[in-house]
Amino acid sequence: MIAVGALLHVKQLSRSPFEIAIALFVPVVQATLAVYLFRAGGEPDRLLEAAVGAGLMGVWSTVLFGSGGAIQNQRWQGTLEMIMLAPRSPALVLLPVTLATGITGTYAMLATLAWGRLLYGIPLDFAHPVAFPVAVAGCIAGLGMFGLLLASSFVLLRHANALANMLEYPIWLVSGMLVPVTALPGWTGPVAAVLPTTWGARAVHEAASGGPVWPALAVCLAISLACLAAGWVLMTYVERRARVTATLALA
Amino acid sequence: MGVRVAGPTHRFAAMGEHAIEAVGLHRSYRSRTGWLRPQRREVHAVAGVDLTVGHGELFGLLGPNGAGKTTTIKLLNTLLIPTGGEARICGFDVVRQTREVRRRIGYVFGGDRGLYDRLSARDNLRYFAELYGVPGREQKRRIAELFELVRLTGREDDRVEGYSRGMRQRLHIARGLLHRPRVLFLDEPSIGVDPVAARELRQTVADLAATGTTVLLTTHYMAEADELCGRIAVIAGGRIQALGTPAELRHHADGRRVLEVQAYGVTDGQLAAIRARPGVREVSLAVHGAAQVLGVQSDAGVDVQADVLRELDGVRLGRVTARQPTLEDAYVAIVNRAAEPTPVAGPVPA
Ligand SMILES: Nc1ncnc2c1ncn2[C@@H]1O[C@H](COP(=O)(O)OP(=O)(O)OP(=O)(O)O)[C@@H](O)[C@H]1O
Ligand SMILES: [Mg+2]
Repeated sequence: MIAVGALLHVKQLSRSPFEIAIALFVPVVQATLAVYLFRAGGEPDRLLEAAVGAGLMGVWSTVLFGSGGAIQNQRWQGTLEMIMLAPRSPALVLLPVTLATGITGTYAMLATLAWGRLLYGIPLDFAHPVAFPVAVAGCIAGLGMFGLLLASSFVLLRHANALANMLEYPIWLVSGMLVPVTALPGWTGPVAAVLPTTWGARAVHEAASGGPVWPALAVCLAISLACLAAGWVLMTYVERRARVTATLALA
Repeated sequence: MGVRVAGPTHRFAAMGEHAIEAVGLHRSYRSRTGWLRPQRREVHAVAGVDLTVGHGELFGLLGPNGAGKTTTIKLLNTLLIPTGGEARICGFDVVRQTREVRRRIGYVFGGDRGLYDRLSARDNLRYFAELYGVPGREQKRRIAELFELVRLTGREDDRVEGYSRGMRQRLHIARGLLHRPRVLFLDEPSIGVDPVAARELRQTVADLAATGTTVLLTTHYMAEADELCGRIAVIAGGRIQALGTPAELRHHADGRRVLEVQAYGVTDGQLAAIRARPGVREVSLAVHGAAQVLGVQSDAGVDVQADVLRELDGVRLGRVTARQPTLEDAYVAIVNRAAEPTPVAGPVPA
């Protein structure tokens, strides 16, 4: 059920012309900016790191706002009520939706790497060719579970998208494109450390460029499972609240 | 041998006696208006609805816009939690036994939302079949069967965004039937559907009811309700104003006659004057193309035709006909009475 659901949601997402444009365009921009910033900074040897860093930020924004946006879209489409009406735990109903955003988020990161390779010849020697797909799968799972936690707030708040829209582009610009991840101010360190996205991306990165993959992946999955548990509890509560406050539908 | 095969136990029979039961159902919405000085406003959308619908019954819910029909349906199908009263579907409480209720119900609403536009019709059904736990082996057969039922065979793999209104509506119905629900809620299923498609839709609904599915239907088309529904409740202002078979409801217009006058350019002043004539009970004005059709309900013993025609002096008139009241006339009478300043308390005996 989860697999079929996630696949169909990816299909639905991937057929939106807007999403396709974003998905094609953004990774190119991110790869380009990463390359130029680092070249300008005179650190050409850290290009791969830059590309992964840029990709990571793409993942952040996709998951932070993608899972919420997916909920909001479903509300507009009138499908949120329909899927919440299924005789299933509400978390289980929404997990495929957020997993689908996880998949698109991970795609964005991989695409950034691919473009970096294609356009700028950033070497991608897969240090762990076996670990790489595993890390990618783990990353997707982690993002999906993390997204679930975020999605619950969108189920409850009918106008949550106003907030997300306001935040999406500034955060996206600041975090992903203008400042490579290594140049972010120090206070973001602890924040990043508790987000499963950071660890998932690091696992993917290390699988690509060498380094201990498994610890990072383990941390990512551990945090994600905690998110899943929290999301499960929260979602059950939120679903009930939404039925009290009538926020599943638009009107 | 001392072992008895458990038949339908007494308790079960008692639990499942009615498909739908509602007692004192109440739902209010809180809304805030104004940004700077927010004011809380409370709308009593459903204000004490009692309802029982038997298994296999086709029950209609009629009422003007904002009467509380959709809210009633959403209370019964677990999308909203009532602010008062309780309801059971097949014996299961809609608040406490949500999952049991959801397994047994289907919900279809009118309009073109509620489907994944960028997916094919088949993918839409596949997704909901998964959600409803239709076993993988059965899915294919069930989906093909439903495409057949709603006459979409041949278009299964087209994306829904390319579907017409009527096709979407039929897909919606197929979606609602995937898990073979015992109780089906249809909220204005024929809105925006052409007359031929609407007739087919009525046939589908009638077939469903004939095979034992309980259907709760809302509609604004009197003829549809008259043709389909075994019983009808007229709801206005969140309360049931009248309840009975179409024939019983028609009695609300008993002792009345209806005068229909085709006219061109009746003014509001003239309408008010006609309404004030002795013996006149209801006045309605509908527009058909260039012509207006003025409907005047009056006490059967009073001939108001001369009075009406005198008030319409100077207006170009077409055909003038007198006829027996229809279900629609009864509906108008019930709703108008509900809208009067001192509403009749409780449901009116049919
Ligand atoms: N989510 C909501 N928040 C606030 N008020 C609402 C909400 N939904 C409905 N209402 C109000 O509740 C009342 C009943 O609405 P409802 O949708 O049940 O009417 P209806 O009988 O289905 O009407 P229609 O024939 O137009 O579909 C209306 O006054 C409406 O404005
Ligand atoms: Mg309605």
